[in-house]
Amino acid sequence: MNTTLSAAAALGVVIVLAPGVIGVAARTRAALTHRRGTPVLQLYFDLFKLLRRGAVFSDATTWVFRFAPVAVVVTAILAALVVPLDGRASLFRFAGDPVALAYTFAFGRFFLVLAALDTGSSFEGMGASREVTFASLVEVGLFLSFATLAVLTHELSLSGMLEAPLARASASGSAPAVAMIAGSFFALLLAECARVPVDDPATHLELTMIHEVMVLDHSGPDLALILYAGALKLSVLGAVVISVLVPRANLPPAVAIAVLAGGLLLVGVGVGIVEASMARLRLPKVPLYLAGASALALFSLILALWSAA
Amino acid sequence: MQLLLLLVVVTDFAVLGTSRLSACIRWMAVQGAILGLLPLAYGGAITAHAYGLAAGTILVKAVLLPWFLKWAIREAAIRREVEPRVGYMASMLFGAAALGAAFGIASTTRAFPRHDLIVPVALVTVMIGLVVLITRTKAITQVVGYIMLENGVYLFGLTLSRRVPFLVEVGVLLDVFVGIFIMGIVVFHINREFDSISAANLSELREA
Repeated sequence: MNTTLSAAAALGVVIVLAPGVIGVAARTRAALTHRRGTPVLQLYFDLFKLLRRGAVFSDATTWVFRFAPVAVVVTAILAALVVPLDGRASLFRFAGDPVALAYTFAFGRFFLVLAALDTGSSFEGMGASREVTFASLVEVGLFLSFATLAVLTHELSLSGMLEAPLARASASGSAPAVAMIAGSFFALLLAECARVPVDDPATHLELTMIHEVMVLDHSGPDLALILYAGALKLSVLGAVVISVLVPRANLPPAVAIAVLAGGLLLVGVGVGIVEASMARLRLPKVPLYLAGASALALFSLILALWSAA
Repeated sequence: MQLLLLLVVVTDFAVLGTSRLSACIRWMAVQGAILGLLPLAYGGAITAHAYGLAAGTILVKAVLLPWFLKWAIREAAIRREVEPRVGYMASMLFGAAALGAAFGIASTTRAFPRHDLIVPVALVTVMIGLVVLITRTKAITQVVGYIMLENGVYLFGLTLSRRVPFLVEVGVLLDVFVGIFIMGIVVFHINREFDSISAANLSELREA
């Protein structure tokens, strides 16, 4: 199996599996809090139900509102193309693609925020403001983590960086740095995908919502696209965490993809455990949480530089 | 070994970032326990000396001091969040700056092998301890800062543990313990006097 085919297969696995990861997270959370919970496949059911429905558009909205769901889902898929999902090479790779990854996400978010403002709802404006604030803080940690990987592996593309960071780092004696980056990535994943310590996907109070409040006005297929893009984003970032921890470049492609699938389900379990074990942080505390994740990334960067010098 | 040192830094930041007194004390206890394990992991042969040092450190830093500080906050009935003079975000930034500075300074020394993190980690712990000591207003958190500062000094001492007699170390541990004990009593009395343990009350002297 050549690299393109293996990368495409991994992409297919992620695209199909993404809503299931959310389901696993919800199921884990329910199990740990002694509730029955929704079926693991619930998000698939929801997506099919929403796709069959019609969409309702408010008179106040313009084309931006209709364009946003498409932009969000397209950017999520573009991000999946850049990340080496099968652990060896992505479909698109070039020097500096971590920056492209970060700003692909930012592009999708930009349109989501515009759509939220487009509705003219004050709640949605509030959510949009929070989303943008926290996203800008997430970027600090994200870039510090990518910088660490670049220092450790002397590569500038995600495919090179994530090929075998742990193996190369332990050769230079900075394996703990890699473990910390994985931790930092996971913390940022929770923030970026609007999961518990930062945002609660299950909340029903507009005042405390961040991400969910922005999509209140979307309905039918539009909402399905946004929900699906959220799931895909979680899986793509989850794949980054997996690649940092488990070098898969030397495994046969089929095994590498199986590890990816299993790892994604484990990421779902991890997200569920976090959700079950802690409450959402108060909004003023969220920047501190993100600063903590960035401090972790900074520490690993310093360690990487220290052992590289 | 190096992993334990990294965990020490993580606990440094945890103390810097937590707002609850009891959580602060818990993190400090975790740090004490890690420090207690270090003599066993540091260097080659595990001697009776290392065991004694580990047992003494864990007993004092991870059990007695946290227990005593817990007693103090229970007696003073304060569970309220600490109110730092400098915000948590800012102290986090100070911590990050300390991290950079510590590694920068440590990289100028030639006395220790490059892969050994103990010197930079000791420096970071001393600096973050200082940050906590200076920026927090509650006397208990200041005590925690002082203990962290002392932990950093202990880390430095560990590099010399082959050469320092056991009794000296026990003496230092005892010193710290007595020091914290006195601080605890003082905190208790500040609380009784002013109905709060904010050290800021001490800066204005007047007859009650």
